[in-house]
Amino acid sequence: MITLIDTQQSNISSVRNMLKRIGVPNVTAQSPADVVDAKKLILPGVGHFGTVMNWLNESGYRAALDEAVQVRKTPVLGICLGMQLMAKYSEEGNAEGLGWVDARVREFDHVSTLPVPHMGWNDVLFREGIFAKGYRESPRFYFVHSYFVSCDNEADVLGTTHYGHDFVSAFQRGNVVGAQFHPEKSHAFGMNFLKKFAEEFHG
Amino acid sequence: MAKRPRIIPCLLLRKTGLVKGEKFANHRYVGDVINAVRIFNDKGVDEIMVLDIDATREKREPNYELIEQLAGECFMPLAYGGGITRTSQMEKLFRLGCEKICLTTAATTVPGLIEEAAARFGRQSVVVGIDVRKKLLGGYEVMIHAGSEKIATPLDDYVREVTDKGAGEIVIQAIHADGTLKGYDLELVSRVVKNTNVPVIAAGGASGVEDLAAAIKLGASGAAAGALFVFQGKHRAVLINVPTADDVIRAVSAQP
Repeated sequence: MITLIDTQQSNISSVRNMLKRIGVPNVTAQSPADVVDAKKLILPGVGHFGTVMNWLNESGYRAALDEAVQVRKTPVLGICLGMQLMAKYSEEGNAEGLGWVDARVREFDHVSTLPVPHMGWNDVLFREGIFAKGYRESPRFYFVHSYFVSCDNEADVLGTTHYGHDFVSAFQRGNVVGAQFHPEKSHAFGMNFLKKFAEEFHG
Repeated sequence: MAKRPRIIPCLLLRKTGLVKGEKFANHRYVGDVINAVRIFNDKGVDEIMVLDIDATREKREPNYELIEQLAGECFMPLAYGGGITRTSQMEKLFRLGCEKICLTTAATTVPGLIEEAAARFGRQSVVVGIDVRKKLLGGYEVMIHAGSEKIATPLDDYVREVTDKGAGEIVIQAIHADGTLKGYDLELVSRVVKNTNVPVIAAGGASGVEDLAAAIKLGASGAAAGALFVFQGKHRAVLINVPTADDVIRAVSAQP
């Protein structure tokens, strides 16, 4: 059973629909207490970093998430903004994040001639491990973002993607996994990725 | 090519049916939209755009119930347009599972809407559709209200204006090419690409993978098509026909 956190601005129904399609039971947290008791968590997200962090801090979900993820070591997957929230700091809104992974969120610099946001399908190069396996062809995913994650520790990097420069498109530190891309919108590739998290990832 | 191009079926909704016309007129029913989305899903297309062509004219809300059903079947990005005039409607659409909303008429008739949407949801969620008609004596004019009314702003200025206001991408639709299967208006695509730094999606007139490739080669980030995906063969028998991004990448390298 996976518990989803509804950050109010997020596309939570897309994630729910995808989990249903691949046969993974899930519920949406109705209160912070549901998060503390969860077996596995997904923190989806679109929206503004600073706004969502404020909401997490004020709603009581921040404390519940810290308890679940840092004390109980509940496996958690952050998607898109959800991944960025797990970092220490973001330039979007100059705000502090959850700080579970030593990483910073930076804006794609406009010196680059490429359009921002980075929007569309792009390849992900995974390091060895369960998330690298099971794709019918070289894995690619759907991205929509204007800010990217930069990890302080190379060991936390789970996958990289090239857009003007290489950036961290997935990270993992212990029970914490983040994906900059949207597995719920990446048909066969996303189904495989979410199945790996749901069935094979135990932190 | 900066990255993998997006191939985007553009589905037109009339009530709950999928329709296709020519030059924004003579729409005929070509099938069930939910069924079409299911097929596109299995084919693994890059993105789907659904436009309700009557909502703005009929001054009504988007058909949320149908959009929710569509989103539930759509395991790829979904953009919706038609009848949106307020950010509260956009919020509802995102919650139902849309990734993007597309503003065409309201981008000009509702002052501040693009800016408000970009500030509230991030500009990557805000697509601005620009419908363009070729003038008889040359040049282009920007049209709203399903191609029935022109605006005063010249095309290049309008492209820069919506970019500055916060459009995350621009879908450039050539009305004179729509449904003709005679290829995109490439001059138009190229002109829009030169006047904006956001991704440009070419729409209107594509008949095959070579057309999609030609737009990508000019700098478009994506190629949208309606008739190409749903009409096929000389009798325009209704079929679902899907070239993949790989087909387009091959065609791009094959073109001079």
